[in-house]
Formats: sequence, structure tokens, C-alpha cells
Amino acid sequence: MASAADAARRAENEKTRSRWLLSAPALVIIFVAAIGPLFVMLAYSFMAKGDYGDVKYGQFSLDGWFSVFLQRDIFDDTIGIAEAHLSIIWRSVRLSVITTAVTLLLGFPTAYFIATRPRHTREIWVFLVTIPFWTNLLIRTFAMQQVIRNEGILNTLLMWLHVIDEPLQIMYSDWAILFGMVYVYLPLMVLPLYASMEKLDFRLIEAGYDLYAGRLAVLRRIIIPLVKPGVVAGSILVFIPSLGAYVIPRVLGGGKNMMIGNLIELQFGAGRNWPLGAALSIALMAAVMVALLFYVRNAARSGAQHG
Amino acid sequence: MARHFDIRSQPGFPLIALFTFAMLYLPIVTLVVYAFNASDSVSQWGGFSLRWFADAWDNSAVQDAALRSIIIALCAATIATIAATMAAIATTRTAPYRGLGVKYAFINTPLMVPEIVTAVALLIVFSRIKVWTGYSGLGYLIIAHTAFCIPFAYLPIRARLESMDSTLERAAADLYATPWMAFRRVTLPLLRPGIIAGFMLAFVISLDDVVITEFVKSGGQDTLPTYMLGQIRRAVTPEINAIATAFLALSVILVTAFFFINRRKT
Amino acid sequence: MNWKMTAASAAIALLGLAGTAMAEGNLNIYNWGDYTSPELIKKFEDKYKVKVTVTDYDSNDTALAKIRAGGHGFDIVVPSANYLPIWVKEGLLLEARPDQMSNFKNVDERWVNVPWDPGRHYSVPWQWGLSGIGINKKVYSGDINTSAIFLDPPKELVGKINVEPEMNDVLFATIKYLGGEWCTTDKALLKKVRDKLVEAKPKWLAMDYSVTEKLPSGDYAAVYYWNGAILRSRLKNPDIAFGYPKEGYPVFMDSVAILKDAKNPENAKLFMNFIMEPENAALISAFAKYANGIKGSEQFFPADMKGAPELNVPAQFEKAGEFLATCAPEVSELYARIWTDVNK
Repeated sequence: MASAADAARRAENEKTRSRWLLSAPALVIIFVAAIGPLFVMLAYSFMAKGDYGDVKYGQFSLDGWFSVFLQRDIFDDTIGIAEAHLSIIWRSVRLSVITTAVTLLLGFPTAYFIATRPRHTREIWVFLVTIPFWTNLLIRTFAMQQVIRNEGILNTLLMWLHVIDEPLQIMYSDWAILFGMVYVYLPLMVLPLYASMEKLDFRLIEAGYDLYAGRLAVLRRIIIPLVKPGVVAGSILVFIPSLGAYVIPRVLGGGKNMMIGNLIELQFGAGRNWPLGAALSIALMAAVMVALLFYVRNAARSGAQHG
Repeated sequence: MARHFDIRSQPGFPLIALFTFAMLYLPIVTLVVYAFNASDSVSQWGGFSLRWFADAWDNSAVQDAALRSIIIALCAATIATIAATMAAIATTRTAPYRGLGVKYAFINTPLMVPEIVTAVALLIVFSRIKVWTGYSGLGYLIIAHTAFCIPFAYLPIRARLESMDSTLERAAADLYATPWMAFRRVTLPLLRPGIIAGFMLAFVISLDDVVITEFVKSGGQDTLPTYMLGQIRRAVTPEINAIATAFLALSVILVTAFFFINRRKT
Repeated sequence: MNWKMTAASAAIALLGLAGTAMAEGNLNIYNWGDYTSPELIKKFEDKYKVKVTVTDYDSNDTALAKIRAGGHGFDIVVPSANYLPIWVKEGLLLEARPDQMSNFKNVDERWVNVPWDPGRHYSVPWQWGLSGIGINKKVYSGDINTSAIFLDPPKELVGKINVEPEMNDVLFATIKYLGGEWCTTDKALLKKVRDKLVEAKPKWLAMDYSVTEKLPSGDYAAVYYWNGAILRSRLKNPDIAFGYPKEGYPVFMDSVAILKDAKNPENAKLFMNFIMEPENAALISAFAKYANGIKGSEQFFPADMKGAPELNVPAQFEKAGEFLATCAPEVSELYARIWTDVNK
């Protein structure tokens, strides 16, 4: 009896070991080029800032962390909440949530459309989704300006349709940033969705219709639960990068309003406050990490319920 | 019951898909149009001309940068996809085991770290290594790109694996297929759409990277995005559009070829 | 997917690019992006049989961080005036003594005894310029030689202004406009500076770099921006005029310096001497459209740059121009916080 249990445990250990081996290459690369450097940054966040960028090595200081949420008022020296930082964080979160929602609304039908094409053309559609993105991001944002500027295609079209009488000022507003982020992050939503839809078992849908379910019910009760992993993956891939977006707020938003990415960049650039930059990004990362774990756990639970 | 509707279709979906594709291609169309602009503006039309293609053809700096971008993206996306596929197999469809959650978080960290932070940290680490080893080739850029490409390849592949059931693989095992054979003949073909999606994402993400590249690159290693960064500060000319257009033409040819090869198979 | 081909191209890439830095007769230049005339480089390569590699950076801070980290392999760098003292202080530059080189006689006296490199022991002028007002005369015809254009904009211009997204240049103009001195720590004044910027910002359309595109096209009616870009805009649209803010405007100069750990210091010195030749300096300016600080180079300028109002400061506004000095670290921190407040 005992030996049988031992054998089972040994087999289980064997499996776990092979799983670690399989994931080793990814883990090693990420450790070398992402996690390792992060420790450097963690150390930096606890050092005093250098006079002209960089840090003073070995000189411990909590100033970086102190200034993430609190600040000594520039003018009367009272200590208060770093209101500027909070309002920048809030607008970043707000814009990223909306971006994720919109990409999901557009991406879901698109991925579904691709997944229901004849088999040999599906990969062509996938290519078609990504081709615009073979063009560099900066060039794309310039091209996008052509669409949304006052004399651009969108305004011309709307005016021609008599929806509006005079051009909408979209450029250099939050709308432009939203538009840009949705555009840029759309394939990050479509591709994971497609990957999990492609193998959708349509017999289940047929069964649904046989039970007199309406289209909406089929979509809600059968399709969405089945492709949940794709929804989770896509939302993560869109939400997190848009939180740290840097180029888009700068070019389309006209650089007038910062997002977190720009705030952090400022600390490593002209602001010359590397410890604050490091502390800000580690705080951001920790927050995202917690949210992510929560989200994945929740998604896993509701996924399990649906079978 | 006679159904005259396709059970796969959902009302409005094709319309939204159409809208999405139109939205994706509208800016690209304007970009291509302005590549043929005679004036040196990317927004004021000044007549038809091929001068920017000629300029781009003569500009070896831009060509080198474009070529370098593609090489880095191909290498990074390939390595990242292989590593991500292995990792995805190791982290899905299994009873939870110790370290699973940590692994998941680990693989996704590159997503969560703002680029500038990785960039500065990598600069500090890699420049030490450059001094020690004397090697300053493209390897550093490829490793850096591979790392942030991994989650982009991993998530679609994992999503695909999760929506796959393991019956077929078990059947293969029952028929005495070695694990490798089962993987090669059963799992891999089923995984294919996920792998393609992951590879494409990784490739695109690598092509776009500016900040990390800017900090990690050594002398003479400008990529197209870092080359462009200098241009936006001063003046952008349709030369960039011309290069992008050439790229697009190339990718369209590739896709067409792919289409015909695929069709012959079926 | 064809793995073999990918692997092969990877191997070629690794081998091929590792090998370039080996041969003798190299020069590695690290300069601002889109700032180095290819013609100049070609001429230098042909004359001295040296292979030149140019690599771009996009900000003084990036360049400084990279060189400081080491292992970069560059010979020459082109920092701005306000950063040069930091480079010297941190011991990153070679004291190349360009003041003893044969072509040094061509350097305009004005650029010899400069505060950031007195007597020019480290660096030679590359290009210099200033931030001023660019305006579309069709939209506004009042006085344009004032920072009021973007700080207290006339109503014709509200919502059509673009301001250079550079913290120091914008703060400089605002502090001067309110009667202060650069690097001031006077809290009462700085409070006014912040309030002025917070009040003015909603009247701006953007803080963006695409001036040469959008000023001529009419998207912007007024800009606070670098003179070279406004010159380019005027060449595209003759309605563009240039104004020198009389309250004070920042002047920049980027200078060529040799790195202490340069692998090819001799070639770098040749290059330094080479660009002090008027004809060669003119090539630099013809490409990037800024003035260069070398006497006699203007006769080699392209016709559209000769006597350009953007490049020749009228005597009455000469006094108003001032170099952006390097402020003390505490001051920089204060300014960064004001800037964050303005941009939240």
C-alpha cells in the first residue's frame, strides 16, 4: 500500500520536475532581462537621488517612496497628499479601463467573425489584422492624425453625412488618446480571443438552439463562457500596456496631459529624480500585480462554474 | 426543424468586424497615399511623385535601421514563441502545484513594468557586461526584446491550450505514442492557431519598441523606431511613409504567397 | 514557419554586427537624431579614409545616462550647453584642447569664452539656436516679440497655440516674463510662474514636436519653438513670421566633445578640426537649419538660409537672449514639481 502511494508521489514529483524544466527557458530569459533589472530598480528606489540623474550609491533614503503619495508643498512647506500624482494615476486608470472595454466590444465580434471563416482562410484574416501593425507605432500615430484632425477623413465624412455642422476638435484631447489606444491595442485583444474561439465546439451551440435558446442566450450562456480564457488574456494584454502608454498621450494627446508613463519618464529625464521614478513604477507594478491575481482567480472560479 | 440560418452567425457581428477592419486600414491607406506626395509634408497634398521612394532607396541609414528592426523582431519573436509554448504547456491543464501562481506572475512581469524602468535597469546591467566581455553585438537587444515578447506570445497560446480538451492526447498515449510523438502529432497541430497568434503579436511588439532599444543599443545599432524618434523632434518627411509602404507591399506579397500555399494543401 | 531560415539569419546578424567595430580607422559619433548631415560624414570619410558610424539619441538625459553606464563604444558626443558642465564634472570628457587646433581661428569670438567651457578646452561649436515665437501673420498682426503670445494670448490665437514640450525652455520664458532670473528659488515668484502656466495651458492646443508640419498647414497659428523649425516652416509658408521674446528667451548651443574612454581619440580630434572649417560647418547648418558659430560659413549657406531673420538676432533683442545655465539639483527638483503640477 505504502509503496503504491510512494510510486504515485514519485510520478507526481517527476511530472512537476518536467514542468519546471519546460518552463525554464522562459523563466530564465525573463529573470535575466526583466526581473533581475527590477531588483536593481528596487534598490534604486531606496537610495538618495544623484545630483544630475542616477542615484548616490549606497546612500539610503526614503525620499523616493515618500514622494510617491505625499509631498511637501512647494510654497508653504506643509505636508500633504501628492494630489498631482493621484490625478495622473486616476486619468490613466480611467482611460485604460475604457480602452479595454471598447477593444473588447470591437474585438469580440471581429475574432468571432474570423473564427467562423472557412478553415484555410482564417490565418489570412489573422495576418490581415496584424499587417497594419508591421508599420512602426510612430508612423501609425502620424497616420492616425490624418484621420482625426479637423480637416481629416472622419470630420469630412461626418460633415458630409450632416451629423455635425462644424469639425469636432478631436486631436489633442482625451478622445484622441482613447481613439489611439483602441487602435493600437486592438490586435492584442483580437488575437488571443481568436486563439480560444478557433476551436469552439459548434455542436454545443447547435444543442443550444435545439433547446430553443435565442441567439443572445447562445452568445451569453454558451459562447462567452467557452472563450473566457481568451477574454481574460486579451483584457490583460490591453489593460496593462495602456496603463503605461507613453507615445500615444504624447503625440495624439498633444502632450498636454500626462499619463503614468509620462510621469515616470519625466523622473528619469529632465526631472532627474531616479528614486522617485523607481518607486513610482514599483508601486504601479505592485498594484497591477494584485489586481491581476485577483482578476485571474475570479475568472478561473467563474470559468470552473461554467464547466 | 428546418433552419435557414447558419448556427454560427451572430447578428451584427460581421458588420462590427467590417467596421473594425475599416478602422484598422483607414490610417494605413492615408499613409500609403502620402508616400506618393510631391511636397515634403505628411498632411498637405502637393501632387504625385516618387521622389520619397528614391530618397529612401538612397538613404542607407534608414535601410540599415529597417533591416535591423526586422532581424531583431524575427529572432526575438521566434525565441519568445518557443519558450512561451513550452511554458504554456507546463502551466495549463494541470492540477495546481506549488509555484504555479508564482510562475504565472513571473512570466507576466515584463507586461507590468513600465518600459523606461526596464530600459534604465537593463542599461546599467548590460553595460557592465559589455565592459567585462567586450561583446557589444545585437545579442543584448535580442535578449531584451525576447523578454518582453514572452508574455505576448504566452497569453494567446495559453488561452488556446485552456480551451482545448486533452482527450486526443490521452488517446494518443493509450495507443502507445511516446510523449514526444503525441506532442508532435496531436498537441502541436491543435495549438497551431495559438502559436501563430502569439508569434505575430510578439513580432509586432518587438518591431514597435522604442524606449528599451534606445537605452540598450550600442553604437551603430539604431532600429527604425529609434531612428524615427530623432525625426519627430525635427521634421517628419514622407520618406518614412515610403519605407512603410515598401514594408506593407512586402507583407502583402508574403500573405498572398502564404494564402496560395495553404490552399494547395487543402 | 521556417525555423531554419530564422536561425540562420539570427546567426548572420550576431556574427555580422559584432564584427563592425574591429577595423582601424573608425569613428563612432553619438549625436541627436536627424541632426548629422550625411554629406558632411561622407566628405570626412573620403578625406581621412575613416569609417564613421552615427548613432542617435533623443535627449540629453538619455545620452548622459548611457555614457555614464559605460561600455558604450562611442568617441564623440554632442551635449547641450547646460549639460556640458555636468559631463566635465563627472569626468566623462577628454580634455582635447580644440583651442590649440589649426582651424580654431575660425570660431566666432562670441563662442570662445563661453560659461560652460571657458576657453574651449573640451568642445567646439556644432550648432546653436534659440526658442522664439513663430506666428501666422494672417491670423494675428500685433506685436510678436513677446512671450505674451503664449502666456497671455490675444483672443485670435486662443486654442491655436503650440508650445515646445521642454520643461526648461518653457519655465525659462515664463520666469523671465514675470521678471525673475533663471534658477531662481524665490517661492513667491515661482508660485506666480505655476499659476501663470496653469492659467495659460487651457488656451494652448498642444505641446508637440510637429511644428514644421502643422504651423505651415494652419493647424497652429502660433508656436513657442526652436528657430530652425520655424525657419523651415516659413520656407513652406511665407505667412510665417518669427519673433524674439523681449522679456527673455533661452539660447542653446550643442557642442562636439570627445569622450574620455574613446577608442579612436585621434580620429575624433580630426573630426573636431574638420568641422571648424567654414565650408564644412555650412554643411551642418544646411542640413539642420541652425546657425553654427563658425566665422565665414554663411557664404557657403544655401540661398534660402542666407540672412534668414530666424538666424540673425537683431541688435535690440540680443540682450534678451540667455543661455540656459545648469541649475543646482534642488532647483531642478523644484522645477520638475512645478512642471508636474502644470501637466497633471
